[in-house]
Amino acid sequence: MSKNYFQVIRAGIHTTFQDEGRKNLYHVGIPFSGAMDKRNYLLSNKLVGNKINSPVLEFAYQGPLLKYFGNKINIAITGDVNFRIKKRDITIDGNCYQSLNLEDGDEVDILSTNKSVYGYLAIGGQIDLKYQWSSCSINTKASIGANDGKKFENEQVINILKLNNQSVEKKLNYINTKIENIRIIKGTNFDYFSDKGKNIFLEKVFIVSKLTDRMGMRLEGPKIENVIDTNIKSEGLIKGVIQVPADGNPIVMLSDHGTIGGYPKIGVVISADYDKLVQLSPGSKIKFKQVDLSSAENLFKLYDLETQNLISQIE
Amino acid sequence: MIKNILNLGDAALYCDFGKEINRETNTQVIRYFKSIQKENIVSINNLSPSYNKLIISFDLKKTNFKDLKKLIENLDITNEDDLENKKIEVPVCCDENFALDIVRLENKLNLKREKIYENFFSKEFFCYMTGFIAGMPFLGDLSKNMRAKRLETPRVRVPKGSVALTEQFANIYTFESPGGWNVIGNSPLRIFDSSKEESPNLINPGDIVLFKEISKNQYENYNE
Repeated sequence: MSKNYFQVIRAGIHTTFQDEGRKNLYHVGIPFSGAMDKRNYLLSNKLVGNKINSPVLEFAYQGPLLKYFGNKINIAITGDVNFRIKKRDITIDGNCYQSLNLEDGDEVDILSTNKSVYGYLAIGGQIDLKYQWSSCSINTKASIGANDGKKFENEQVINILKLNNQSVEKKLNYINTKIENIRIIKGTNFDYFSDKGKNIFLEKVFIVSKLTDRMGMRLEGPKIENVIDTNIKSEGLIKGVIQVPADGNPIVMLSDHGTIGGYPKIGVVISADYDKLVQLSPGSKIKFKQVDLSSAENLFKLYDLETQNLISQIE
Repeated sequence: MIKNILNLGDAALYCDFGKEINRETNTQVIRYFKSIQKENIVSINNLSPSYNKLIISFDLKKTNFKDLKKLIENLDITNEDDLENKKIEVPVCCDENFALDIVRLENKLNLKREKIYENFFSKEFFCYMTGFIAGMPFLGDLSKNMRAKRLETPRVRVPKGSVALTEQFANIYTFESPGGWNVIGNSPLRIFDSSKEESPNLINPGDIVLFKEISKNQYENYNE
């Protein structure tokens, strides 16, 4: 056992290690994976002085309870997260977007993500992790990545190989905004659907279903009627694609999605809205709004610029 | 040849090789896939070859649809490397507990299960592509009387090892996964091995696959 480590007292609902994900493996059947909400992932690393694409802990809904043993270490939590730090004689409520120091015996108790799904915990230092195809991102469906491709379990240990020198506390003023309107580009099978079906897709409210995870987001609402064929010849998928199976309920492909699919593609979520989309928890309302390709490209430039600005504000 | 390139969202090219699904069209797709792969274009994140499509997803911070489309249209595509054809035998147990959709298929195809299995096990299959989940092979072609659509609502969990049919194709679920294909049996064979980073898939595009029926007892005692 190494000198500096975290003991996982409570694993949380779905806690994994994530980084930027792995490229160029769709043809084998391995999805991109990586942190679901990329902006919050990058910000957490910057707050503890890590390289921006270092691995972090991603948790969903209820996060882990961790006890730290070792020399002073810097951590930061991003997202919209309720958490507490338990020190020997006091317990304090934690603030997101603010790095803090842990000492031997301190505990981090991540209670919940507030009306959102994912949160990130960055550790200032190098975590002892297994890489597969240049990424440690855990894909639980294919058992790939660090931690034998499994989500966290109680009693496991996170070993830290090297600590960062940073001990100053860094802070960012940032509040996650929630959005109900998700912008999309028409999919390659948009014309498979009746006029009524298209109108439903673009005008009506859908509800995020409980059957939502890192692979996909299932939506419930009025049925989208198909008038051509409810199957297509199986072909590649990318994250953000909205497929509509024969039952008329759309499914949005998320970061651990299957790499091939055979249901018609009615739309694709634009890159600029992906981070916000994945934070919509079951029961949330969602409305799709159509934009064209050049608007989508411009919106992404703006979103990326905003992310870069936030990163540069942390010094 | 690519007939048409559309955008799929704002960060992918959707290359269409024509409506027909056959080995010639698929071989064209694979040639493009291999040629583009060799170019090591840094803005490309992923290539997804399928029966008659190639989807190229890219990093929107490094390029855009218009520029990458132009680059792909002007690439030299080599016709040299012919696909290797490996022959692989896959054992399948068709016990009732594994054949989740055999009753559905009997009704949809209007065939008795004995006939369905006879047709299935006498066929030689060609691997068109791999994916959906890691290592899953898409194998064709089933004869016309064996073709059924996917389930109306996909299963949330299809058991690992399931062998399933839809339209003219058969596949093997390499992991437990959601899915909508008609399950007719289960194979104990390991099709995907993540410890082999260079070639994790047992079955690759261009390979020939034969299925062989095994008993429940053989399944339970199966040893690679």
